Amino acid sequence: MTALLQIIFDALSLGSIYALAALGIALIFGVMRLINFAHGDYIAFCVFAMLAPSTDAMAVMLLGNLPTVLLVPVILAIGAGLSVLSELLIYRRLRDANPATMMVASFALGFVINHFILMLYSSRPKSISLWPDLSLPVEILGARLPLLQLLAIIVTVAIVVALALFLKRTRFGLEMRAAAENFTMARMLGVRANRVILLAFAISGMLAGAIGLLLVAQTGTADIGMGGSVMLVAFIATVIGGLGSLPGAVIAGILIGAISVLMQVILPLDARPFRDAFVYGAVIACLIWRPQGLFAPKSAKQRV
Amino acid sequence: MTLLALDNITVKYGQLTALRQASLSLEAGETVFITGPNGAGKSTLLKAIAGVVAPAAGTIRLAGENIARRRPEDIARLGFSMVPEGRHVFGNLSIEENLRLGTGIRSDKAQVRTDLAAMYEIFPALFERRHSPAGLLSGGQQQMLVVARALMAGPKLIAIDEPSLGLAPKIIDQVYETLLRLRDQRGLTLLIVEQSSARAMLTGGRMILLRSGEIILQGDARELAKGDALQKAYFGYGEH
Repeated sequence: MTALLQIIFDALSLGSIYALAALGIALIFGVMRLINFAHGDYIAFCVFAMLAPSTDAMAVMLLGNLPTVLLVPVILAIGAGLSVLSELLIYRRLRDANPATMMVASFALGFVINHFILMLYSSRPKSISLWPDLSLPVEILGARLPLLQLLAIIVTVAIVVALALFLKRTRFGLEMRAAAENFTMARMLGVRANRVILLAFAISGMLAGAIGLLLVAQTGTADIGMGGSVMLVAFIATVIGGLGSLPGAVIAGILIGAISVLMQVILPLDARPFRDAFVYGAVIACLIWRPQGLFAPKSAKQRV
Repeated sequence: MTLLALDNITVKYGQLTALRQASLSLEAGETVFITGPNGAGKSTLLKAIAGVVAPAAGTIRLAGENIARRRPEDIARLGFSMVPEGRHVFGNLSIEENLRLGTGIRSDKAQVRTDLAAMYEIFPALFERRHSPAGLLSGGQQQMLVVARALMAGPKLIAIDEPSLGLAPKIIDQVYETLLRLRDQRGLTLLIVEQSSARAMLTGGRMILLRSGEIILQGDARELAKGDALQKAYFGYGEH
């Protein structure tokens, strides 16, 4: 029983990170049909923004020394700022370009951000201690888990609920959902395209900041490639969830996290190093079964 | 007062010229039908006004402002509301959310509520299911929804691409009744694309015939119906 509970918490906390990242990607895809591959590098950028530039293996906190109540909003703002800046400087100019062009631009932007961090901090992973108190275990229903794991789950739930309320209850949310479904029609009804897109980038960037904080607190390392692997899984999650579907992205993100954890448990010891092969095998099976994604948005199938 | 004036509008899709030096002027409160065979450029004409396609040449003035190459959202704010061809309902949004979407540009919030109630009265089918996703509506109901949605934006000029398509005759009558009432009560100007000229003759108003991207005939709908000029122009007898 406690072992099962442990697995569930592991699955949820890993899935939470994937879900948040997938949400950030799905939001942008929804309003402008762009898979923003620079998203993973936003995450790394937010993490390194806490540190003083240096090439040492031991991280020197700079912004990271701020008290938590300040640190969290500052990092979220940095994520939002970077994301908004990339829209203003790059994506807005490519608005009428074809999707492949925008995607390549996002790869390029990712490399630029990645190498910017590389220049200042070197490629050596740094150990970093953020909120060490959170690694203390707590006991829930007999299962012992780090407080951080619990926090990751709670934070994700809070973000998803807040985002859902924002999308459902506010004028901006209504406009964003409409724009995601049929951008041209929304504009013909007076929805201001640039404002909606900018807001989507801001939210997406904040999500990157939140993921950065959670990742650093969990792993204790800052690594310039840390966003990349999350980005890959998150991208897969948005496809499996049904591109453009926000609930789909969240659920698929958690699902992939759960499958990863489950494989870790059920695979024989010898096969565990190849866990990812099994995870992605499941992904392929899922895509063959439902190529349009688990929760393809209704806009995908037009009524005659 | 001239509400809309197109002056020598040319629209190209790559090599193809969809609209060739079209000039057209609409008075406030007028009813204008655009008719013509498939591929004549009827929808392109509406899209050019809406700002969805940019004209290669020419000017479009709406309420005195040049709107050629302006953004669709800015043109909507000047009082132009469009129902494009194909039912562009937001399937994931509820019916009421669909109706409310276009009201963001209005400042008369009390009037919005009155208008919403009025729309529901005209289309009771929408009221019954106002909180369910619009994607679940039947084709005809979706067509009602997009017309009602365009009206909810409180336009001075509404352009509708084939309002009759897929609607039962009784509902078509209702839609036209509503449009004409709003024209008479609020001075709404109507620009309507219809494949057939029958409705134009019934309703009256001005009729414009487009063929191969050019306006080749215009005049009073009922006058045109009397002679055979319309048929000739439509099918291009005696030219080839």
